[in-house]
Amino acid sequence: MHGRLTARRNGAIRAGMTKGAFLFLPLTGLLLSGCVQVTAPDKPIVINLNIAIRQEVLLRLDQASKKVVEENPEIF
Amino acid sequence: MKMSESMQNRFEMAFAALLLGATVTTAAYAQRDPAYQAARSQGLVGELPTGYLGFVTPPSPAIKALVEDINIKRKAKYTEEALANGVTVEEFAFRNGCRLIKENTVAGEKYQAPDRTWKTRDSSPPVVDARCP
Repeated sequence: MHGRLTARRNGAIRAGMTKGAFLFLPLTGLLLSGCVQVTAPDKPIVINLNIAIRQEVLLRLDQASKKVVEENPEIF
Repeated sequence: MKMSESMQNRFEMAFAALLLGATVTTAAYAQRDPAYQAARSQGLVGELPTGYLGFVTPPSPAIKALVEDINIKRKAKYTEEALANGVTVEEFAFRNGCRLIKENTVAGEKYQAPDRTWKTRDSSPPVVDARCP
C-alpha cells in the first residue's frame, strides 16, 4: 500500500518534469529558427516577373538606363 | 617640307584617336572584376530578365558572394534612378534588364529567356520579354 503510493507520487513528479521539458521546446525551436534565418539564402535577389510594368514608362527610361550602364561598367 | 610635316601631324592625330578609341571600347571590360568577367565568359552566371545576375549552375561560395555583391550594387543604382525618374525600382530594373540582355551580352554569354530557360548569346537576336522596348 505504502509502496504503491510512493510509486504514484514518483509518477506524478516525473509527469511534472516532462511537462517542464515541453515548456522549453518552443524556446529551443525559436533559437533554432533564429539560426536558420542568419544563414544567407541560396538564391540571389529574384524578383517575380509578374510585377506590374507600365509599358509607357519603359520608353522614357531609355536614356537613364543607357547612362547607368555606361557609368557603372564594373557592375554590368 | 611643310606639307610632309602637316601630313605627319595628321598621322599622329589619327594614331592617337585610334589609341583613344581602343581604350574607350575596352574600358567596360577592363573595369569588370576578372573573376566576374570569367564567370560570365564561362557561362556560370547570366543576365536575368529582371535586371539582375543569376546563376546558370549551382555557384561556388566565391561566385555566389561576387554575384550577390553585384546585385546589391545594381539594386542601389536602380533605386536611385527609379526615384529620379518617378518609376518603381522593378520597372527601372526590368528596363535595364532588357538593355543588358540585348546590348551588354556578347556571344557565348548566358541570359535567361522569359520562359526561364537559360540561353547562350550568339549572332541571332536574344529572346526577351514582349514588354521590352
